[in-house]
Amino acid sequence: MKKIANALDLRRVQEDLKKNFDPNKKMVTICAGTGCRGYGCIKVKEELEAELQKQHMDVEVRATGCFGFCEKGPLVVVHPEKIFYQQVKIKDVPDIVSKTVGSGEVLEKLLYRDPYTKETVLKEEEVPFYKKQHRLVFGQNGMIDPTRIEDYLIIGGYSALAKVLTGMTPEGVISEVKKAGLRGRGGGGFSAGVKWESCRRAHGSPKYVIGNGDEGDPGAYMDRSLMEGNPHSVLEGMIIGAYAIGASEGYIYVRNEYPLAVLHLTLAIAAAKEAGLLGKNILGTDFSFDIHINKGGGAFVCGESSALFASIEGRAGEPRAKYIHAVEKGLWDKPTCLNNVETWANVPIIINQGAEAYASVGTERSKGTKIFSLVGKINNTGLVEVPMGITLREIVYDMGGGIPNGRKFKAVQTGGPSGGCIPERLLDLPVDFDKLTEVGSMMGSGGMIVMDDRSCMVDVAKYFLAFLQEESCGKCVPCREGVRRMREILEDICAGRGKEGDVELLEHLSTGVADGSLCALGGSAPNPVLSTIRYFRDEYDAHIRDHRCPAGVCKALITYSVNAEKCTGCGLCVKVCPVQAATGEKKKPHSINNDLCTRCGACIESCKFDAITVE
Amino acid sequence: MTNVSEIRKKTKLIVKKYSGDKSALIAVLQDIQEAFNYLPKDALATAAKALGIPVSRVYEVATFYTAFSLKPRGEHVVKICMGTACHVRGAAAIQDKMERTLCIKPGETTPDRKFSLETVNCVGACALGPVVVINTEYHGQMTMAKVDKIIGKLKEGGAQS
Repeated sequence: MKKIANALDLRRVQEDLKKNFDPNKKMVTICAGTGCRGYGCIKVKEELEAELQKQHMDVEVRATGCFGFCEKGPLVVVHPEKIFYQQVKIKDVPDIVSKTVGSGEVLEKLLYRDPYTKETVLKEEEVPFYKKQHRLVFGQNGMIDPTRIEDYLIIGGYSALAKVLTGMTPEGVISEVKKAGLRGRGGGGFSAGVKWESCRRAHGSPKYVIGNGDEGDPGAYMDRSLMEGNPHSVLEGMIIGAYAIGASEGYIYVRNEYPLAVLHLTLAIAAAKEAGLLGKNILGTDFSFDIHINKGGGAFVCGESSALFASIEGRAGEPRAKYIHAVEKGLWDKPTCLNNVETWANVPIIINQGAEAYASVGTERSKGTKIFSLVGKINNTGLVEVPMGITLREIVYDMGGGIPNGRKFKAVQTGGPSGGCIPERLLDLPVDFDKLTEVGSMMGSGGMIVMDDRSCMVDVAKYFLAFLQEESCGKCVPCREGVRRMREILEDICAGRGKEGDVELLEHLSTGVADGSLCALGGSAPNPVLSTIRYFRDEYDAHIRDHRCPAGVCKALITYSVNAEKCTGCGLCVKVCPVQAATGEKKKPHSINNDLCTRCGACIESCKFDAITVE
Repeated sequence: MTNVSEIRKKTKLIVKKYSGDKSALIAVLQDIQEAFNYLPKDALATAAKALGIPVSRVYEVATFYTAFSLKPRGEHVVKICMGTACHVRGAAAIQDKMERTLCIKPGETTPDRKFSLETVNCVGACALGPVVVINTEYHGQMTMAKVDKIIGKLKEGGAQS
């Protein structure tokens, strides 16, 4: 792409691109997010292209960013009618091409079918999963090929940057962001405008701007989908931020596990530089700013700002004391402004819409939208972008479609390893930064893991502590040793060795760990334990007093048995059992020897008659 | 096996790519690992010298980040996702099964250097959970039966499905 000389030229380029883009043109878009790639969407895309060529049709197949509805991938939309197909397989391709693309005929079997009304839905926005969403940040993903800057420019990309550079002072930008009420989307919820202002005022140069894409919370992948699906929105936000703060250099720190995000960001940076939107004299002004990409090394703690700085500097990612503020002494001890990539992607929207319009969405103290990754025991796994203040019930039931296999909802875990589990009776809680903290959890980066009655809350607490023990950098003793000790206690409880007083001991240790740790990893490590004790104390008691795991998860406390009425004696369980615990004659009810059984679950998985019960 | 002089040569080239910048240590190690599939001792010593930092610093970083391996890894690296979504959908059972099938624990490599088993915290493909990533391929909705099928195929030396 040729260099864009100034703001006026940018508008001309955008207009030209729009003129050449006919909205009524036939086009097929296919979601190429990591979820859909896992389902094999790239093969479907290649097949679509081959088939179109075979049938002599000159139609573009565009691999776009993540649509969000990962449960039903691969997802395909046929334009201009916007017919929404889900779970598309290679064998469906010839029909899609000849019937839908060729003559506009709708293939009923590929449409989304509402599991309750049994009716099919034609368009994406009519699917219940999308209906209540407010896709401010994420909405363009489905139209953009993230590897082409033109696709971003056509939807008005970099207009916010032009507006800022030509008509706004840095102070004006900061005041707009403050007025919009933008709070950090990475979990802290700190006011972005206030942070920018302190960084602008701080002495020292150069100043740095950082995009935190080290999405470490297990069960959260919205940052990944944003970096993969719309990388330019993140870059534009960061460039605007750099102008406001007075920074000349920026970094995006991306998780090692996200190779596609690294690739798309790298391409986006190169394209933006070539177009004169990044680098020296951006849009012909005297403002210069450059962005580098740093790949993480697989350490959760590096999502913490000071550990992240250490990692960029090429050192082990150990956090430091918080009395040194990053906005004054951050990366290489220079003033640094770090925000999550989702926070950055909100910035162009604020500038384009104006603070007032932006702040009209959300609650009193949490403005705008938030992207959540709705995962776990839920019918519609995917990414949902919702206005702040929506209730958990709406997210879990209206968008998520409830719990699979008719099971009962038990809890939703938010905030990753620093968050907590929220029980059913709080489902009508409006979701915003402060409300989630009030109930002992937190917003975190936006993971929402749904659990049903077969999820053991003691096991979940143990899981998070195991995670944190492994990820603790080891600098602060209360975190390093305290979390380990808490995990040991929980392991004892799950193994049937729990004692009276263990719960109290856990609570006691929690205080020490939280108070004695420098960073948020240790500071919030006890949350999963404390919140499960607070809302699910009965499960702890069942483990400790009755040596029973009500959810049927903890291996030492459960037994397998065969329901003789359901068992047909097919012998599958005998075949798969690795320890010969399942025995029986053909066509006669089998049995399981619990002394030999290791509760590996192979028999349950293999049984087609649901004949094995766990107690 | 790659010989020592080749390891040194390749490592020097990698360091040169980053103009000997000390702060690029993590990126240098990532490239070394990509080149050799693990971090050979000679490569670490060479990198330390070329970057002008103590070997101990290089080891500090190499052992801090879980993405680095100081031991040679197998031809196929099997990564089991341990994210919360996969956990509640039975990742532990898949891990048990994988350990039984490959006869190794996470962090280990089979004696024939064919497989390495690793666990990762979350690969961000939660809709597919439980997920196993083998080399760069994602295998979703894993079951114990699928473990047998996929590993069986790889053992025969066939292509991944």
